[in-house]
This record gives sequence, structure tokens and C-alpha cells, in this order.
Amino acid sequence: MIDFSQNHFELFGLPLRYRIDAVALERAYRELQTSVHPDRHAAGSDAEKRLALQASSRVNEAYRALRDPVARATHLLELRGVAVDAETDNRLPVDFLTRQLERREAADEALDAHDDAALARIVREVRDDASATEVEVARALDENDLEAARSRVRQLRFLVKLAEDVDALHAAEIDR
Amino acid sequence: MTLFQISEPGASPLPHAPKRAIGIDLGTTNSLVATVRKGLAVVLPDTEGRPLVPSVVRYGEDGVVVGYDAQACAIRDPSNTIVSVKRLMGRGLNDLGDDRRYPYRFVEGEGVIRLATRDGVKTPMEISAEILKALRLRAETALGGAIDGAVVTVPAYFDDAQRQATKDAAKLANLPVLRLLNEPTAAAIAYGLDNASEGTYAVFDLGGGTFDISILRLSRGVFEVLATNGDSALGGDDFDHRVFCWALEQAKLPPLSAADARKLMTSARDAKEMLTGHDAARIAAVLSVGEIDAMLTSHTFTEITETLVRKTLGPVKRALRDARLTPADINGVVLVGGATRMPQIRRAVAEFFGQPPLTNLNPDEVVAIGAAVQANKLIGNREGDDWLLLDVIPLSLGIETMGGLAEKIVPRNSTIPITRAQEFTTFKDGQTAMSLHVVQGEREKVADCRSLARFELRGIPPMTAGAARIRVAFEVDADGLLSVSAREETSGIESSIVVKPSYGLTDAEIARMLQESFAHAADDARARALAEARVEADRIVFATESALAADPDLLDDRTRDAIDRAVADVRRLRDGDDRAALAKAVEALNEATAGFAASRMDRGVARALAGKRVDALG
Repeated sequence: MIDFSQNHFELFGLPLRYRIDAVALERAYRELQTSVHPDRHAAGSDAEKRLALQASSRVNEAYRALRDPVARATHLLELRGVAVDAETDNRLPVDFLTRQLERREAADEALDAHDDAALARIVREVRDDASATEVEVARALDENDLEAARSRVRQLRFLVKLAEDVDALHAAEIDR
Repeated sequence: MTLFQISEPGASPLPHAPKRAIGIDLGTTNSLVATVRKGLAVVLPDTEGRPLVPSVVRYGEDGVVVGYDAQACAIRDPSNTIVSVKRLMGRGLNDLGDDRRYPYRFVEGEGVIRLATRDGVKTPMEISAEILKALRLRAETALGGAIDGAVVTVPAYFDDAQRQATKDAAKLANLPVLRLLNEPTAAAIAYGLDNASEGTYAVFDLGGGTFDISILRLSRGVFEVLATNGDSALGGDDFDHRVFCWALEQAKLPPLSAADARKLMTSARDAKEMLTGHDAARIAAVLSVGEIDAMLTSHTFTEITETLVRKTLGPVKRALRDARLTPADINGVVLVGGATRMPQIRRAVAEFFGQPPLTNLNPDEVVAIGAAVQANKLIGNREGDDWLLLDVIPLSLGIETMGGLAEKIVPRNSTIPITRAQEFTTFKDGQTAMSLHVVQGEREKVADCRSLARFELRGIPPMTAGAARIRVAFEVDADGLLSVSAREETSGIESSIVVKPSYGLTDAEIARMLQESFAHAADDARARALAEARVEADRIVFATESALAADPDLLDDRTRDAIDRAVADVRRLRDGDDRAALAKAVEALNEATAGFAASRMDRGVARALAGKRVDALG
């Protein structure tokens, strides 16, 4: 069985840092699943099948988390004792919020006007912002500036969600 | 395809004869059973050489009839001859709406659909079980003994209730299920292994009653499903129905009786099939209310089914979006299902993806072939190349929260198996119970999602509102089946959960149905149960011995002794008549090997991570 006390990075034998080697991650994931996946233990005892189910689920969850920028950063912060969603101080900077709110309104207007191009442009802008924020998250984590990292991760999460929402509107508009 | 071979627990050379493993494609219109013989997957035909079994069950005067013989009675005895039962699996009466296509006598009520037949009230699971039984018998005859394991395919877009219903049907048919496998994935296995493919593929699977689209990546021996989508109520049947309606309109006839409707539906289907190779087809039927004689051209056929063809493209676009791909990224499109023979489907697919679809495998047989290959592997009859399958869950799973909104816990297209937990809290001061509603679907409102089950968590210690921490855990196994558990965390007090499946059978109902079917069956129920216990005993003894041969050093003498004794007990009871004692000995052996199984997985993982592949061909 895999060691359930290991963190996501240890599970795949990766160094504990934000920038990850995607190729090494995928290779380790495939090798782990090749040994723990339930299909490999379908002819085994019930206990073995149960273990395979738990181990394979764990590996899938860790893989998903490491490939997702927000989940990966959140996990790294947690390992350093910082909760991204603390009970206190969950505010985002006002100018940041204002900008996103404007974008959201612009997206709604573009939707009403059936303006495909405008929707696509807004999605692109938000994604560019998210990419830039991710670079800042990585830098803050590398420099162990935990407060900055926490704040940037929260912004990143907001931007990713916004991009998804607007993208969904865009898709609905295309499907129409 | 270059595949790597991996040193792996239990992969010791097989000293025994191969196990009897089969793959079953339980289709809306037709079903098939296949197996791997001498390394080659083959469909098992009936004594007349016919590979398909029409998915038709008739409750006749002299007992249950399945397949062509049942189909022959569909017009004469429509209410006792059930066709396309797959469309009713895991569904309630309210799901059918005012669909008057079905000539059956539905029993009004909540939950599972029930049909009144000559042989009493039947659920779709029991009716499907008759088809599975017929396939099991065919396989037993062909393979010369009891089946050790079966892979049964389901549409990728089947929700949890439909999957559970399929698994229950297999249980009622006394079929040992190794795995539920998604139909497009099964097709991809058959196709990928056959063509040594690498790259990103779309599998477009339009069956008799269901539509699936799966996007898969095939690379270095791994079949990875990136996204799946579909419509579990769209298929060839719907094209028949359009032709049926068109013919009715042409003849200006009043609504038809059940027998007339079946007759015209059969003509409609024949015409549809004719149009695959011809420019026109005649629909002629003598009905009790008058005669129909109309000529349907392929042009008109394309026109009256255009909305249906278009309905397939929405899911295709959504699947591509979820996979973050465009049509240009797809290296090949595989067509599966008899309905993909229709020229207008082929044209639409070719146009959308900008390339002609691949059709070099028989679209009727490819799913059963893939299932047989997977069954052969799961049971341990592995030969040569090795590969791994990573599939996904088609629809998000969630729970109802305040305001009738669905909180997603497991998002669609998550790789399975997966476990996800989320914490909820109480709404009122002193609240001691909480009712949880598990739903599946993509919509925000619970009312627009499918209700899977309702739970009640009791025994929460009275606390102020928001203080309790209720952890709800969703576990989706490799069959894509969900189990849910809930626990109050602050108290550590054990809490009870009552499960009421919304459109399924309870364990008690399954037990009763099994008993009834035993009573009905000509063969002795006890003998069958004993035979099954023996198969299970052989399976575990074999698994244990392979494990002992592969990793003997992981055991201390005491544990080894305990396992050896447990094996000896199973062997001793194996050929006796005491089923209960044998089952108990098997259980004891299971327990004795639990720790050993864990150490062996440790070792497997350690080897995998150390990269000690025995023979890396990749």
C-alpha cells in the first residue's frame, strides 16, 4: 500500500516546490497507477481490492491537485502551516475586486449583445491575468513570503473561477 | 503500440488453465457476448451462427423467451414482449413523460419502473437479467463450464442509478461481474490494441437507445479518457420513431393500437436499415385501422432526422471543451454502434472533425470485443502486452444544500476511482439529525439534477447552529459507482445512515428476487450457490498461491502458517456440500491475507517508483 501520510509531492517523489516537472509528474503517476489501480487487483482478495481502491483514489486525488495551480499552491501553503481560507481576513483588495466586477458586467453585456468576440476577449484577458498572478504565486512561495503567497493564491482562485464562468457563457453562446 | 512490461504483484507465470472470462455488451437493441480464445477475442454465436441476441424478452405462456424467438412475438403480444428495456434502467415513470412509445402496462408508483406482465410485475433489472442469463448460458455452453468473471459494458453517459441497475441485473442473473466498463472505452481498447494506435481519439458511439462521445488519449500502453459526454436517451430507436411518425402522417391514420404500433415500428426500422445502402425504401404495413404504403427517400429521411443528428453534436462540442481540445487535435474518430451506419451520421461526423471516420471494426461487435479483452486481463489470463485503463465519471456528483442548490463534490470527468469529502454544518440550534440528498448532474438547481439517494444522519449531539462538523465522503469506485458516508466529526459519536435509493432496488428486494428466480428456475438453487462458492474458493486459493509464490519473503513464519492453514481449510471444504462452511473458510482466508496484500502493494509501489521495470520496451 502507498503511505497515506505522505504529502502530494512525496507521493510522486517530486521536490517540494511550486514549479513542477510535468513530465516527471505524469511518469510517476502512471507508474503508481500501474501498480495500485483496481484493474491490477481485480482477481485478488477482497482486502486487496479494497486497498487498491483506496490507494488508486489517493493517487488520482494527489495528481489532480498537483496539476491544478490553485490546489497545488494551497497544498504547499498548508504544508507550511498557512490556511488559504482563514477564519479572519478573507478580503480581496478593493481595486482587484472592482476590476473583476467590471469584467463580469462587460461579459453580461456582451452576452446580451450576442457579441462572441467580446466574450472571447474577456476570457483571454482574465486568463492572462491569471497567468501573471501564477508567476507571482510561484515567486512568493519560492521566497517563502507566505502572506504574499496566500493573498495571490486567493486572487488566482478568483480569476480562474471568473475565467471559467465567462468561458461557460461563451460556450453557451456558441452552442446557441 | 509500444507497451511496457512491468514486474507486478501476482504476475507469476500461470500454472493453471485459463479462467473463463467473458465480455458482455448489453445493448438497447442487441446484446453480445465475447471471449478471448488463444489470444484472440471472438464473439460467441448461437447454434445457428448468429452473433447477436436481440435484447427482447417475452414472458410467454410457457415461460421466458429471449432473443430472436421473443422478437418474433413482439407484434403478436406487445405488452408481454419487452424491447429496449435498457431505456428504462435506473429510471422512474416520471422520466418517461408522456412518451406513448411504450406498449407496456406500467404499474403506477414512485421509484423504480414496474411492468405488469403475464409472469407478474417485473422491474427493468429483472428483465435485463433475463438477457444476461441467456448470454451467460451461451458462454457456459461454448466455454464448457461456469463463468469465472464478466465485464459488462454500460454507456459512458449512464448515471449512477443506471449503472447500479445494470450491476443489480447482473447479480440477478448470477453473473460474477469483474467490472462495469464504459462502451466507448471498450471500443477504444479493441480499436487501439488492434491498430497499435497512439494519439488522441474520439469515440462516437450511437447505439439503439444511447449516445456517447469519449475523447481518449492512447500513449505508451495507457488508455486515458480525457472527457466524456452524451445523451442516455438518444439512439437509433429515435430515428425509427421519426420514420414511424412520418409514415403515420403520410397515411393520415388515427392513433394506433399497441400491436399496430409495433408492426409499423418494425417496418420503420427496416426502411431505416434499407436506406443505408439505397436511395429509397418502401414502408408497407397492413394495420387494423387501414393500410400504409409509402416511399421514403434518403433525402426525406435525412430531413426528418436532422434535429436528431444535430443533437449528437452538442455533447461532442462539450466533451472537446472539457478536454480542452479542438476538432483539429483529434487524430482519429472511431464509429461505434449500429446507428453509425446511417450515412447522414457519417457525413455529420466527417464534416465536424474534418476527416473521414474510422470504420474498420464491426461497429456492432467492437464493444463486446473490448469488454472480453478487459475481462481476460482482469481475471488474470494475461498474455504478452500490458496496458492500463484510466476512465472518468461522466456527470458531477453533489449534495443538496440550502435553497435547493446542488453543491458539487466530485466534478464530471474526474478520473476514477476517486474519494472526495466535504464538510457541512447544522442550520438550527440543537439540531440532532440532518437529511442529505445526493444528486448527479451539471445544473445548479437540485430539481434539474438526478436524485440518486436520500440519507439521514442521526445522533448529532445538540450544538449551536454551525458548530457541528458533518463530513460527507463520496467514494466512486472503478465501476463508476458511488457510495456515500457521513460522520459528525466533533463528537466522534457513531451516527446511523439510512439509504433509500431513489430509482434502485434495496438489498432486500434483490435478495427476494433472487430467491424467486431460484424457485422458478429448473436447476437447483442450492447447487448453483454451491457451485458459485466453489468458483470463489478456487479464485482466492489461486490468488493466494500466486502471491505466496511471488513474494514469500514478505511473511513471517506465524503469518505464513496462518495463511497456509486457511488455504488448507478452503481446500478441504471445496469439494464438500456445506456451502456456508466453505463461504466462512473463504472469508477467513481473506482476513488472513489482508496484511500480506498490503505489504505486497507496498512492494509494488516501491518497485514502480524505483523505476525497476523488468523489461522496459517503451
